[in-house]
Amino acid sequence: MRRGLLDIESLTRAEIDGILTRSKDFQPAPGQTFKRFETLRGRTVVNLFFESSTRTRTSFEIAAKRLGADVLAITAAGSSVSKGESLVDTLNTLGAMRPDAIVMRHAASGAPHFLSRYLPIPIVNAGDGTHEHPTQALLDARTILDRRGTLEGLRVAIIGDIAHSRVARSNIFLLSKFGVQVVLCGPASLLPREIGQIAPGVTLTTNMETAIRDVDVIMMLRVQLERQHEAAFPASEYFQFYGLRPEHVELAKPDVVVMHPGPINRGREISSEVADSQRSAILNQVENGIAVRMAVLEKVLAA
Amino acid sequence: MSRLVIKNGRVVDPSQDVDRVTDVAIRDGAIAQIADNLETAGSEVFDASGMIVAPGFIDMHVHLREPGFEHSETIETGSRAAAAGGFTSICCMPNTQPINDSATVTSYIVDRARRFATVNVYPIGAITKNSAGEELAAIASMKQAGIVAISDDGKPVMNARVVRRAMEFAAALDLPLIEHCEDLHLSAGGDMHEGLESTRLGLRGIPRSSEDVMVARDIILTEVTGVRYHVAHISSKNSVEMVAIAKRRGLKVTSETTPHHFVLADADMRPYDSNYKMKPPLRAREDVDAVTQGVVSGAIDAIATDHAPHPGAEKMREFERCPFGIIGLETAIGLGLERLYHTGKVSLTHLVRLFTDGPAKILSLDKGTLRPGVVADITIFGLDHRWTYDVNRSASKSRNTPFDGREFRGGPLATIVAGQIVWRADI
Repeated sequence: MRRGLLDIESLTRAEIDGILTRSKDFQPAPGQTFKRFETLRGRTVVNLFFESSTRTRTSFEIAAKRLGADVLAITAAGSSVSKGESLVDTLNTLGAMRPDAIVMRHAASGAPHFLSRYLPIPIVNAGDGTHEHPTQALLDARTILDRRGTLEGLRVAIIGDIAHSRVARSNIFLLSKFGVQVVLCGPASLLPREIGQIAPGVTLTTNMETAIRDVDVIMMLRVQLERQHEAAFPASEYFQFYGLRPEHVELAKPDVVVMHPGPINRGREISSEVADSQRSAILNQVENGIAVRMAVLEKVLAA
Repeated sequence: MSRLVIKNGRVVDPSQDVDRVTDVAIRDGAIAQIADNLETAGSEVFDASGMIVAPGFIDMHVHLREPGFEHSETIETGSRAAAAGGFTSICCMPNTQPINDSATVTSYIVDRARRFATVNVYPIGAITKNSAGEELAAIASMKQAGIVAISDDGKPVMNARVVRRAMEFAAALDLPLIEHCEDLHLSAGGDMHEGLESTRLGLRGIPRSSEDVMVARDIILTEVTGVRYHVAHISSKNSVEMVAIAKRRGLKVTSETTPHHFVLADADMRPYDSNYKMKPPLRAREDVDAVTQGVVSGAIDAIATDHAPHPGAEKMREFERCPFGIIGLETAIGLGLERLYHTGKVSLTHLVRLFTDGPAKILSLDKGTLRPGVVADITIFGLDHRWTYDVNRSASKSRNTPFDGREFRGGPLATIVAGQIVWRADI
């Protein structure tokens, strides 16, 4: 693997496999807390979040600390970032402090790719704009594997605002590499035709029942109505046509796994009954987030 | 009395159907004679053996940034870059600060150019006041002050009624109206061509339709008003087709494209590198092919660079936060040779026409010809010498180009303005 982790698209199946396998070692036994390791003792990880995110930032922080690393968290608000300092200057300043890795979230697609050309420090992408969220796809894959044992041949529906979703893109790239049939579903204006061509084995539908029929996994995306400034779909009827309810789940395989990257909007894209049901793996996803990020940080920092 | 004789060059002048090895005599800044074995006694001699001697090249679409953005470019530096790129005349777009929407600003530019420019500078005036798309600018008085066309380049006139009125004015004044065709509602928020690449990279798209919708609207209004209408930097396959149809119908419609639009597609972008960010965006391969075909067929009349300097600090940012535009004066001839001539797509005469007679006719300039008596603006270039573009040696103040380090076969060798050699390649 190259230094850092910028996206799933450029990873090989073997590299992904390596991370997923290693993350198993970091999963806590039932009822136990996460084990502590000393692997990264003396190393410093900077968490640089230009967009607020409690869960991803916390997850990375816990992951780094469980490996013995020191973590320094910088959020945009209150730092020089909000005082108009350019991204390159901010990173040059951080670079001069010689951290061993930077975990970065940014609202602009490609911001970590742009910076990695100028900064010798490995960057872990914790979400860039509407591009990718690689550790989310890895933790989703870990969660599916925990319940299904293999990805090969599965059918996975991803439902919601596909156009603006970095979670969708990373999952499409990852699942496609493992021979999964991916069905993308959402309102037509949030489902660009071209996204069916970014990876093999991807199909599109605007009909939720079609998307869910006989699938092994349903991944719901968070709908951010407040970001829909361009009138892309009528918000008032979203839940009626694209909200996941118990009757939908009946169309899928009996042991379907329901997932959501969180935070969930109850009653907007998913009903409470489904979110809290046995089939929901939402809390397993959160737990696996830490294990997967430990595997990623270990790999990036060991390089 | 100053005399210059250019000896033994291959003189290519599409305006006179000339293509042969001969001599060109210049006297007192004007073309005196084109003939074989001219007497050189008492003259300065330029040995052009093995070189192409053409009428001075015209770039009808350049941003010189002065007044207002002198940290990006000035009339002095931009015109030096033009000379280094083989251009003897450039037309500067009105999006300065203040906008060139009055005779005062036009006169300022004309005056600065007279004092500081290396090549001829022709201002293009705004269509509307402050290019806001509402009230017409002072078009007639700007014409008296020296503009050669009107355009709200970069801020297209969205209101069809306003553009219709402007066309009526322009037609009466015999000025071409140049439109940057982009429906701003369709393109809003976009950073690159909308397609597979933008979807893959998670960047917001500028759809081809945003260009096509405006080209269609304007062609319809051209028919209504009888204006000479010119499509700037055409990039979409559909727009090229519409221009071809308009020409067949006898409308006074012309178009230009840029070197980057016939060389690069969206898939050629280095991901998230703002040196590939411009408007219109680099489009799909099929558009690049259609634009190239449009050049070959004559739907496209001119090559213009849309030279758009931005200083490094503005381009060294997140892709979606960087301004649009790249510099292009110094690489235009090299790219034209690479993609149009060396590939056999157009003849040398046709390539030269795209830089000379083509734009001169659109703008009604007495330029782009070596007819005896005209001011001696001459571009001398080579077809085969190898050279590498090093943007750090550029005469421009800015460095934003995707072509840094590109190797070229053939390019500018000397630039002559009004009989004076203003630039020579150091090779």
